[in-house]
Amino acid sequence: MVALTYHAPESLEEAVQLLSTARQPVKVLSGGTDLIIQMQGLIQDERLVVDVKKIPGMRAADWTEDHLILGPSMSCAQFTKRQDIQTVFPGLVEAAYLIGSTQVQGRASIGGNLCNASPAADTIPALMVNRAVCLIQGLNGTRRVNVEDFLIGVGKQCLASDELLVGIELPKPTARTMDAYLRFIPRTEMDIAVAGAAVSVTLDDDGVCTDARVAIGAVSPTAILVPSAAEALIGTRLDDDALLAAAAASSQAANPISDRRGTVEFRRHVVGVLTKRAAKIAADRVGEV
Amino acid sequence: MKSHISTTINGDPVEFLCDPSQTLLNVLRNDLGMTGTKEGCGSGDCGACSVLFDGELVCACLVLGVEAQGAEIETVEGVATHDQLHVIQEKFLEHAALQCGICTPGLIVSTKALLEENPSPTEEEARYFLAGNLCRCTGYDKIIKAVMDAAATMRQGA
Repeated sequence: MVALTYHAPESLEEAVQLLSTARQPVKVLSGGTDLIIQMQGLIQDERLVVDVKKIPGMRAADWTEDHLILGPSMSCAQFTKRQDIQTVFPGLVEAAYLIGSTQVQGRASIGGNLCNASPAADTIPALMVNRAVCLIQGLNGTRRVNVEDFLIGVGKQCLASDELLVGIELPKPTARTMDAYLRFIPRTEMDIAVAGAAVSVTLDDDGVCTDARVAIGAVSPTAILVPSAAEALIGTRLDDDALLAAAAASSQAANPISDRRGTVEFRRHVVGVLTKRAAKIAADRVGEV
Repeated sequence: MKSHISTTINGDPVEFLCDPSQTLLNVLRNDLGMTGTKEGCGSGDCGACSVLFDGELVCACLVLGVEAQGAEIETVEGVATHDQLHVIQEKFLEHAALQCGICTPGLIVSTKALLEENPSPTEEEARYFLAGNLCRCTGYDKIIKAVMDAAATMRQGA
């Protein structure tokens, strides 16, 4: 592994100071399930590791009147056990529950999944459909960035070198709104998405969809929102025609690569199927409340 | 530069010096001589190095040794009580749920975590929970039989 210098600051101010004054390349350590493996591959190099888990709030998840403020370093194991969150964001919880094994979920975090910015990250489409906002602290203050604008490429997000993701703000959904996330993998567990789709729908009392968000993952350099798929759902009763139109919109928006886990054609097709099924699950969840 | 770390392992206070690039697995095995925790893949895929870290089941190969400062760690060495094997260990022996034994410590630690969280798992729940513990010898059937038998025995004892 690389030569490491390790700090575990106990305040945001201290963390941002460390980030901005480092002489060597800095890596922020949350759960480490991606980072530690990436660093094992490097030799004759050095890194400053800033472990952010001891900063107050980084591993918490608290409700305000209008939002859930999620600490980016809360482990997926802790997150998926939170019944209060499961009730409101079942799709986001199921995405977190799909990451790796029980052991990986014991360390992996949603903030880490987001900042690692893998095209196939499971929680990112689910964050997008829930209108998540990244709360960012830098040396010169704070800023807010929508999740869909946070990601800029494969493994790349918009954080400046002195900036830290300090929270993920999720607005409480309006009444009769539910989400769902589905992914395709060739195994039954412990795999990386070949394609993924998250959908959030709002239904009125007559079952007409009044609002929707659709996001897809593993089929482009970053997960992306698909407004055309959402538009295909809004104003309908999510009948077969509407679901097929949304599926077609997702397939159209996808820009996948072929690799050993799936071809372009397969990914394009499957992401549409996942969109259709996730929309149906989200709608069924509205009916169950 | 090495860091001085104070931690708790299986209820006992432990201090060690480690380089920040060392994983907890490396510290346990090479510096503390606690070789019950095995190294399989070293990349978080196989679960042979499963330990509890502040109550959470994790792979010790994906934790830095320096992160152990102030933490509570439980390893396979803490599962038995003196000479008395834990029910889970007895059931693994009884069902011959091991061959080469590399995966076994991780499976014992993971099974204990499973049954503390869910004393009555279905076979499917047990298989999903333990999906991060790979065994290349048994084919899993004997392992799952041992886990389900241990669960039933522990429920009777409770």
